[in-house]
Amino acid sequence: MARFEPRRLEDLVEILRWAAAGRVPLAVTGGDSKAGIGVPVAAEHELSLAGFDRIHNYEPEELVLTAGAGTPLAAVEALLAERGQMLAFEPPDHSRLGGVLAAPDAPRAGTLGGVVAANLSGPRRFAAGAARDHCIGLRAVNGRGEPFKAGGRVVKNVTGFDLPKLLAGSWGTLAALWEVTVKVLPAPECARSLLLFGLTPEAAVAAMNQALASVHMVSGAAHLPAGVAARCPALAGSGGAVTVLRVEGPESSVRHRLAGLQALLDAGLPGAGLPGGGLLGGESAPLDDRESRALWTAIGDLTPLPVAPDHELWRLALPPASAPAVLAALAPQFTSDWLLDQGGGLLWLCCPAGTPAESVRAVLATCGGHATLWHASAERRAEISVFHPQPPALAALSRRVKQSFDPLGILNPGRMYREF
Amino acid sequence: MQMPAPEPAILAQREVLLAELRGFLAGDQVIADGAGLRAYDSDAFTAYRQPPLVVVLPNDVEQLSQVLAICHRRHIKVVARGAGTSLSGGALPLADAVLIGMGRFNRILDIDYANRCITAQSGVTNLALSEAVAGRGFYYAPDPSSQIACTIGGNVAENSGGVHCLKYGMTTNNLLGLEMVLLDGTVVRLGGKHMDADGYDLLGLLTGSEGLLGVITEVTARILPRPETARAALLGFASNEDAGRVVAAIIAAGIVPAGLEMMDRFIVAATEEFCRPGYPLYVEALLIVELDGPAAEVDDLLARVVAIARAEGAVSVRASENEMERLAFWSGRKSAFPAVGRLSPDYLCMDGTIPRKQLAHVLRRMAELSREFGLRVTNVFHAGDGNLHPLIMYDANVPGELERAEGFGSAILRLCVEVGGVLTGEHGVGVEKRDLMGTMFDADDLAQQQRVKCAFDPEGRLNPGKVFPQLHRCAELGRLHVHGGRLPFPELPRF
Repeated sequence: MARFEPRRLEDLVEILRWAAAGRVPLAVTGGDSKAGIGVPVAAEHELSLAGFDRIHNYEPEELVLTAGAGTPLAAVEALLAERGQMLAFEPPDHSRLGGVLAAPDAPRAGTLGGVVAANLSGPRRFAAGAARDHCIGLRAVNGRGEPFKAGGRVVKNVTGFDLPKLLAGSWGTLAALWEVTVKVLPAPECARSLLLFGLTPEAAVAAMNQALASVHMVSGAAHLPAGVAARCPALAGSGGAVTVLRVEGPESSVRHRLAGLQALLDAGLPGAGLPGGGLLGGESAPLDDRESRALWTAIGDLTPLPVAPDHELWRLALPPASAPAVLAALAPQFTSDWLLDQGGGLLWLCCPAGTPAESVRAVLATCGGHATLWHASAERRAEISVFHPQPPALAALSRRVKQSFDPLGILNPGRMYREF
Repeated sequence: MQMPAPEPAILAQREVLLAELRGFLAGDQVIADGAGLRAYDSDAFTAYRQPPLVVVLPNDVEQLSQVLAICHRRHIKVVARGAGTSLSGGALPLADAVLIGMGRFNRILDIDYANRCITAQSGVTNLALSEAVAGRGFYYAPDPSSQIACTIGGNVAENSGGVHCLKYGMTTNNLLGLEMVLLDGTVVRLGGKHMDADGYDLLGLLTGSEGLLGVITEVTARILPRPETARAALLGFASNEDAGRVVAAIIAAGIVPAGLEMMDRFIVAATEEFCRPGYPLYVEALLIVELDGPAAEVDDLLARVVAIARAEGAVSVRASENEMERLAFWSGRKSAFPAVGRLSPDYLCMDGTIPRKQLAHVLRRMAELSREFGLRVTNVFHAGDGNLHPLIMYDANVPGELERAEGFGSAILRLCVEVGGVLTGEHGVGVEKRDLMGTMFDADDLAQQQRVKCAFDPEGRLNPGKVFPQLHRCAELGRLHVHGGRLPFPELPRF
C-alpha cells in the first residue's frame, strides 16, 4: 500500500503512466472529506491530489480564480471574502457525515478539486447554478497518463467539447484533476430569511414555488419538519415545521423584496387556513443577516440531520412539485428526519440502516429524478448500487465515456458504478 | 478551408439510399432534386456552400432513429440542422452526407409552472419558448440575436449565449434534460425536470458539442420569472481605455449587470445613421449598461453605475427613465449588423472572448491589423463577459478580399488566445475556426476530446469536418503506449 502525493505535474504524469503500465488501480483523493460518500474504492494504492494546494491566480475584476485541485476550500473562500466575492454555488461541507466531527470553529473541510469532482452545490443551487456551472476550465491527467486541459479562463467559451462539465461530478473516475479554474461572483451585501410556520409539505412546496416564481429573487428555499427544525438554534422554539425563504442583495433591495414576498404569501398562501399554518410576520422580524447565514450553512451542511450508525442518508434529486408525494410515500414508512432543500428539488432522507434501495427508488419511477445513498457504512455502500442505476443504453454510453479517459480502469474503479 | 473529400463509396449508394428512405418516408420528406438541395447548401456562415447528398425531414423520433440506423449501417455521414442560423458553419452540408432537417420537431410538449420548466421538441424556436410562458410572467433566459429563427435544438448544439449571459448564463446553465438519438439509432434521455442529472454530466457534454455526438430531439429547459423592472444607462467615452476601466470598475463594485455592451465609434455612427437611436456621435466608445430586478435595487445600482462612469471621465451620460427610452438605447445595438451591412458589401462576424482587462490592448492591436490587412474593422462587444464581435468589412467581388478578410479574422482570434482568451465565445468552432483549434489546444487536449467523440460515434460519421482540424481514427486514438513497471518516485511521501 503506497500513498502518492505528487506536487508537480511531471510526477503526477509519471505515477499515472506507471499505474497504466501495470494496470494498478488507484484511489484518487483530495482532502479526504468525501471518503464516506459513494462506493468504497478497492485499490491498493492511493493517489492524493492534496499536494496541488496553491492558488495560482485570482483576478477579482475578471471574476475568475485558478487554483490547484488540492487547495482547501477554506483557503479559497477566505481569499475571495477579502475582496467581497464568493463561490456562488455555496459548496456544502459534508465531512461530518464521514464521522469526522469538527470543532464548531474548525475551518470547513474539502478541497476545490473535491467539490468539483463531486459537483457538490448548496442551497443557492437553483438561483446561482451548480459547481459544474462555475467550473470553467481545468487541467488533468487521464488514465493513460496523458495531461490535458479543457475550457479556459473566461466565462463565455464554447471552444471544443465542454469537458469541465463532464469531469465535474465524475468523482475522480475519468481523470486526476490537478488544476481548476472557477468563475466567482460578488458576495451579497446582506442576507435575510423569512420563516413560515406549520406548513404541511404540500403547502410548503406550493409556497416555495410561489416565492421562486415571483419577481423577488429568492436565493434559498427549504422546508424542515418539526424535529429537524428544533435542532437549528435560529428556529428552536418554533414548535412545528418551518419553511425558510432567503433573500440576498443590497440592503434596501432585500428589505423591499422581503416585504413584497410577505405580502404575496399573505395574500395567496395555498396553505393558509390550515391549523397552525401561516406566516411569522407581525409578531417577529425575519432572521437577521447573522442568523440567516448560520441557518443556511447548517441546511447546506445537513447539520440538523442526525447521523448515527443505525441510520443512513439518502439524497433524492427530484422535480420540486413531486416532493410532497415522494415524502408521503417514504417518510411515514421510514423516517421523520428529513430535509427538503433547493426549492423542493433536493430531498435528504435519514432512514434506518438497511432500508431497501428499491423502495426508495421506486417512488421516483413516475416523476423522474434519482436517489443516491449518500451516507452509510462502508460495508453497506460496497454491497448496493450507491448511485441510481441507469437504463442500459445510457449505462453503456457512460461506460464508453469512462473508457475514453481511462481505458484500463485505474482511476477510482467502481467509485460510481460497480461495473467500471 | 479544406473539407473532407467526398467518399466514392457513399456517393455510389445515393440511389439505393433514396429508395430505402422513400420506403418508409413520405415524398415530401426526402429531398433529392438539385433546386431542393440548393436551398440547404449553407447556414448563416454563407462564405461556404455545398449542396448535401440528400435532405431528410423526419416527422418524429422513430423516423429519425430509423434514418440514422440506415446511415449507420451504410456508413453514410450525417449532418443535423435546425434553422440553419449557425455563424460558424456548424450545419454546413457535405457532398457525401445526409442532411437531417429538424424543422418538423416543432411542438411544445409541456409547460410545467409547478416545476418552472418547459419541454419542447428541438425544432421549436428560442423565442417561441419565451412566448409560450410570457402570459404567466416567465421567460427562457438565453437570447441569442437570432432568437426569432434559431431553434432550441441548435441552441443546445452550439451552447448559444446572448446579451444577458453575464447574469443568466448560457444555454448549458439553463437546461434540465434532453432526448437525443445516437448515430446507431439508439434513443437516450438525459436528466428530466430535476436539477443535476445523475451519472456523468452528458447533458453538459452534449451542450455545445456542435452536432458531433448525437441528434437532439427534445429539450427540457428552466424558465425564470421576468424581472420586475429593467433600466439602462448609455455612457459615452473619449477613449476605449476609459470605457474599459468603467467596465472593470462596475464588476469590481460587485455589480452584475443583466447586459453590458460596448460599441466603437464606427458602429455608433453607422447605427445612428441606420435607425436614429440618439447616440452621441462625438464619443470613441459607447457602453450600454442594463440592470434588471426589483425596482428599488435597479434604481440604486444604476445610480452607482452612473457615479462610476462620471468618476472615470464619461463624456456623455444618460439613464433610461422609461421603457421607451431603454428600448431606444438598445435599438442601435440590435441593428448593428444590418447597419454595417449597408456600409459594406460583405462582412465577417468574428467571435472571440478575452479577459476584460485586455480590452484596450486588443482594440489597439486590431486597429494595427486593420491597417496591415487593408480592411476596415468595427467592434460590437459583450463587454461584461469579454466576448468580442469584430466585423471585418470586405467585398467578395474583389478577387482575394475574402481570403484577406479570413486572414485578418484568424489574426484577431490568435490575438484573443494570446492574451488569455478563447477562439469562440458563443458562435462555435464549426468549420470557421476549426483550423485554429491548435492555437488553443495541444495534441493531447484535442486527442482527449476526440476520444470522447469516439464514445458516441466510433466511425466519425456525425458532422465530420467540423470542430477538429484533423480526423483521427478511433482505433488510432485508443492505442496505448505505456511503459514503466517500477514503482515511481521512491522519494515521494507515502504513508
